[in-house]
Amino acid sequence: MLSNKSIVRLSIAFGIIFWTLLLLTNLSILFDQKNNASLGIPQFLPHAFLILFILSVGVYYRYSIGKAESINFIDLLWRVFVTGLLTTIVSLSIKFFFYVFGGSMLTKNILLINFFYLVNLGLILAFLISTFIVWKRLILYQKSKKLLRTWQFFEYFLFLSLAFEFSGYKLFDVPFNTVILLLVGIGLILSVNLKWVAYLNFKQKWKSILFLLLVIIYLWYFFMSLVGYSNESVLITDLLNNVFVLAVFAFIFIYSVFSVLVILFNLPTSSVFESKLEEVINFQRLSQTIPTGQKEEQVFEILLDSAVSAVFADAAWLEVTDAKAGKQELLVRNLNPDLIDKIKEAAQNSTLKRILNSELERNPSSQKLTATLKKVPFKSILVYPIIVKNEQIGTLALLKEVDDSFNKEMIDIINTYVNQASISIENFRLLNEALENERYKEELKIASRVQKSLLPQTLDKNHDYNITAFSMAADEVGGDYYDTFRINDNKVALIIADVSGKGTSAAFHMSQMKGIFHSLAQLDLEPKEFMVQANSALSRCLEKTSFITASYFIIDTKSKIVRFTRAGHCPTLYLDGRTRETSFFKNKGLGLGILRNSSFEDYVQVNEFYYKPEDVFVLYTDGITEATNQNQEEFGYDRLRTSLLKHANLSPDKIKDGIIDDLYDFCGKRSLDDDYTMLIVKFTGHENVKSVESVKTKK
Amino acid sequence: MIEISTAEDKEYVCISVGGEVDASSSIQLDATIQNAVSDGFKKIMIDCSGLNYISSAGLGVFMSYIQELEIKEINMVIFGLQDKVFHVFQILGLDQLLKIVDDEKSAKGLLNVI
Repeated sequence: MLSNKSIVRLSIAFGIIFWTLLLLTNLSILFDQKNNASLGIPQFLPHAFLILFILSVGVYYRYSIGKAESINFIDLLWRVFVTGLLTTIVSLSIKFFFYVFGGSMLTKNILLINFFYLVNLGLILAFLISTFIVWKRLILYQKSKKLLRTWQFFEYFLFLSLAFEFSGYKLFDVPFNTVILLLVGIGLILSVNLKWVAYLNFKQKWKSILFLLLVIIYLWYFFMSLVGYSNESVLITDLLNNVFVLAVFAFIFIYSVFSVLVILFNLPTSSVFESKLEEVINFQRLSQTIPTGQKEEQVFEILLDSAVSAVFADAAWLEVTDAKAGKQELLVRNLNPDLIDKIKEAAQNSTLKRILNSELERNPSSQKLTATLKKVPFKSILVYPIIVKNEQIGTLALLKEVDDSFNKEMIDIINTYVNQASISIENFRLLNEALENERYKEELKIASRVQKSLLPQTLDKNHDYNITAFSMAADEVGGDYYDTFRINDNKVALIIADVSGKGTSAAFHMSQMKGIFHSLAQLDLEPKEFMVQANSALSRCLEKTSFITASYFIIDTKSKIVRFTRAGHCPTLYLDGRTRETSFFKNKGLGLGILRNSSFEDYVQVNEFYYKPEDVFVLYTDGITEATNQNQEEFGYDRLRTSLLKHANLSPDKIKDGIIDDLYDFCGKRSLDDDYTMLIVKFTGHENVKSVESVKTKK
Repeated sequence: MIEISTAEDKEYVCISVGGEVDASSSIQLDATIQNAVSDGFKKIMIDCSGLNYISSAGLGVFMSYIQELEIKEINMVIFGLQDKVFHVFQILGLDQLLKIVDDEKSAKGLLNVI
């Protein structure tokens, strides 16, 4: 298929070729007639070339004149005007030429007259056809199926009428006139389609009238000049004998006249239509969501301006209260802000006050009302609350200098504006909240990463024992803590701690616990002294209802003794490697931060035991023993013990995995509601086993 | 879910705690005890016979009153703890600091009320 552009180019080329051929045939026939020579040019050839020329011009304009849109009506009319002007100028210059050379032989030369006539003819046809296409675009603006069919019929009829050229009928012959009348009749019917006029604003209407009047003048002038040529000279191709041309002339003329009249009658109402259009545009502006990075204020500005222009208010103000920021903002139009309080008072005291809230939304705190004012420069007021999510965020007040001047229509449009502004603001806020939440999530992710780094990556091991750990937080961050610290070549301190509660506050206390552990452990304190110092330090920084439970161990590989204290922490599970007996070290103890004075030390008990190879002890937090299954049964101490016995022969890592798997199997899910941590210490020493003096209590 | 009810007598107040006390419901428990203390009661009984579970946050509430009660010379007795729940108090060491008895009768005896 050919592109639009190439069709336009081809049609220009064909137009020029056909016009030249028309000219040549015309002149040759004339030459024949004048000199009685016979070049053998058939009589029908000029007719054929005329038709082909008309078709070329038609195709050219069909493809070069764009669709009518409400924004380009004036452009279309301007185009018609310019084409007409050009044609007129050429036609006038020809006239001027004849005037200047009035007496000479040259102006009597029939060939020359015909040449000029054909120049004129070409231009007039171009004007007629371009105008015809523009009119088509205007008529078919907002087309219906019926209109489209009528138009197509009209166009086909016109097309067929071109063939009339060959019939030899001339103007005023009956068939000729019948066809013309028929075409003009259809043209009349089509000419009532003037919807585009409604979309012109006041200024555009005046412009259109001007252009249309000029078109009418052109038409008259062109017609007269054609008649002039026809009467004065011998013409081979007389346009006045062409049904098509006459019908188009008539149609363009009729539509121009109709348009001028309709536009004239529409002039007084155009302001109403314009304001309606503006309302729609304002509404659109209000409904556009606020782009990110911009502020709510913009919506308020648009609301205020739209409201003022919609009801022709003389003054207005918009109060916005931002409860969160605790500030109030005031936007005013044509009003001294000092007057507002006075006006508010006048509105409250007004005897002619009308509440507009419907029964359903009657809310005394946010009234919509109109009132008549006294003693202030304005006579009437319309007050509208701006409500977002059932909360009044602002008030719009519109003022007029005439009393009782807010009619129902105005109130309706303000209602729509305010509602739309509310929706825009609500959307904007929701979007911001979503962004904020996204940011919090990111922050929590960072917190979670930082906290994971607080737990040790590697634990201090020894040839005597192996150690492994597992920890999981219920939320992004948790309150469980474990760590080791090498005091010297023989001694390693080991801690497990659980902060009461969970989540962020627990995580903060957990990091405090880490600080305390690292500063106290290096002092090589006795386990009891460690707990007393830790309690004293935590007493000063823990929240009133927070406490930390902990178990603190010192493993001495030289003496093969483990000394430990339990500060309210879950009792350590111990497995005797030789006898396969298990026990929980339930020595006395009290959570850290519970007693925040020196009496704490009365509640600390230190235990010690000799370890032997294959002994295992399990440190854990209550998240493990208190984990529940669907029946609300707790995992408990017995299941922990059984699980340990089951896996005790394996390496610490395997024991840990085994117990965690048993725990998950019991709970039926792989995540728990609390933080849970577990440490497995398994002794591997190969030296001679000391006496089985297991647990020695020492107060 | 936590269920809390308060029964006041001339001399003492009895707070019944039932259900589960976790981080969020512990706030309610805290408020109830705080009310009893600020109402000027010198004798407080806490009936925990309906209490199925207490989290560390719940224990934190009891813990936070230990020193205040001592200073204000308020006598508080907890009774009716289920074994499982008592065990939690015990592990933390709170049984050494709080007065915990088996039943209402012993609690009243301890508080010297009929």
